[in-house]
Order: sequence, then C-alpha cells, then structure tokens
Amino acid sequence: MHEMSIAQSLIDILREEMTRHGATVLKSVRLRIGQLSAVVPESLSFCFEVITSDTDMEGAKLLMDVIPLEATCLECHKEFHIKDYSFSCPHCSSPNIETTSGHDLSIVEMEVE
Amino acid sequence: MKIPVVKQILEANERIADQNRAIFDEKGLLVINLMSSPGAGKTTLLEKTIDALNDTLRIGVIEGDIQSSRDAERIALKGVPAVQINTGGACHLDGNMIRDTFAEMDLDTLDLLVVENVGNLVCPAEFRLGEDFKVMILSVTEGDDKPSKYPLMFRESAVLLINKIDLLPYVDCSLAKIREEAFKINPHLTVFDVSCKTGEGLDLWTAWLKKSVEANRSAQPAK
Repeated sequence: MHEMSIAQSLIDILREEMTRHGATVLKSVRLRIGQLSAVVPESLSFCFEVITSDTDMEGAKLLMDVIPLEATCLECHKEFHIKDYSFSCPHCSSPNIETTSGHDLSIVEMEVE
Repeated sequence: MKIPVVKQILEANERIADQNRAIFDEKGLLVINLMSSPGAGKTTLLEKTIDALNDTLRIGVIEGDIQSSRDAERIALKGVPAVQINTGGACHLDGNMIRDTFAEMDLDTLDLLVVENVGNLVCPAEFRLGEDFKVMILSVTEGDDKPSKYPLMFRESAVLLINKIDLLPYVDCSLAKIREEAFKINPHLTVFDVSCKTGEGLDLWTAWLKKSVEANRSAQPAK
C-alpha cells in the first residue's frame, strides 16, 4: 500500500526540518489530509508507527485533520462545500468551478524539543 | 516548541513531475498517463492505437507493471520503442521512475509518449508523472457504479474510454449511468465508447489523440 511511501516521504521532510531547527526530539506532527486525496488516515498512522518504531522518532504523535472538499464557482463566484463528489455549482449549476481545498496532503506544524 | 511547516508531503514527486514536464515541453512531446483497473484493456487499446496512428505519429511507450515484461514485448512487436518499468511491489508509477527511463529512449524522435500505468483504479491518480493528460479506461464488465466509488481517478482524468462495449448484451451495465455519474464528478470529461475487440468507436479516440498531438506541437514546437 502506498501509505508506506507517503509515510517515508513525511519522515524525510520531518528529519530535514528538525536538522534545520536544531531539534532532537519529535513530539508530534499535524497534517492536513484532503478528502479527495487517495490517503487513508488510519493506514498512514499505522505506517508512520511502523517506520518510526525503534528509531529516535518512536512515540511521536501523528495528528491528522481531514479537510473537506470546498470550491468557488468561476461563474457566480459563490463558495460552497462539494457534496457527494458533485463537482458543479449548487447555486448556478455551472461546471466551471475551482476546488479551493480538499485535495492537499501537507504538513502544518511539528512539535519538537 | 511548535514549528510551522507548510509543505506538501508529495513535494518531491511534484518537483520531479514538473522537471519531467519541462523536458517534454521542450521537445514538443505530448505525454499521456494511461490508467485503469487490471484487465480493462490498456495494452490492447495501445496496440490498436499504434496500428491506427503509427504511419502518421512517432509513438513511444513506457510500460509499468509490478512484474513481467509481457506488455513491453507486445508493444515492441508493433515496431514501437517500449521501455518496461517493474515496480517490484509499488502500486503506481511515480515521476522518479519515469525520469529513470529517459536514458533508454530517444525522446527527440517522438511525437507521442504513452505511459501505461500499473493496473489500479486508486493510487495512480494521486501521483503526477509530468503528463499532459490522464486517460482512463473503464470496461463494461466492471459495473456502472464505479465513478462514485473512485472519484479521484475520474476527477483527475481528461478522457474516459468505456471499453468492451461488444459485451453490453451480456452484462448489466448502463452507459448512460456511467456518463451521468462520471460527469457529476468531472463535467469536463471527454468520453469515448469503444470496443478494442471489434474496433467500434476507436476512430473517434485516435482522431482526438492525433488532434491533441498536433495542437501540442503547434503550441510548443521542439526547440
């Protein structure tokens, strides 16, 4: 499952950031996981635990905020939640919309010592 | 202490995909990322596409599978350069794997590069390779409820080919329902109903592809 390679990419970034800030202990990391990203939070959590066990990152908490799909209509300019993966404007029915959140997979902050 | 970090986890792949894309654009090369469940007909579609277009377009193929070089061998029999990537377990191709094939293929001699991804309706949609379009295949034997079950794949694709329409009399599958569900998720999807077995509908697909290659060439002539 590819949550393993995502967890590894995450850990690589965390190590880089810890070196940059001179931190030695990772206490927690908070992620944004978009509703549309092909990532299952429980699997990612499991893989994170597996990779960090028996390392200096063991015990670090992985906190995840699942971000709902939101969009702006490029025709009527209203903002809305995307319900049931229906990608058109509920106000004016236009298919010309821009998703503004729910697709990302990113790190927000880390807590270190 | 809390450190704010605003970083995409997949930024490494995004960066490599952007670099791949810059190379393809420099060469005026149109690249498509072909995806589907295992057995939906990617390799057969490629074979038929090559048969139709090989006289007018210079085509190259990158094949992605967990194991085996069967697909690359099938394509090579058509006289088209084909490179096989074996992921050894990874369920999708990524930008890095594509970049590693550049040494084995002369991109300057191509008009169209098709990357046939690992058979998987989930993960490939998440990983950009630097392609111009994602093209997906859904076969009628898979059922007409698949768009709502795999929204990211349908959302990310520019083209949907509904394949094996010759089997419609034998399966419970509504083309209208697939379209209705797919357009809800992606109103801009271009849909072709095809049968790689009988050839039905393939001419519209190959015409679209040829037009896309020509449009790409005019927009970015090879430097």
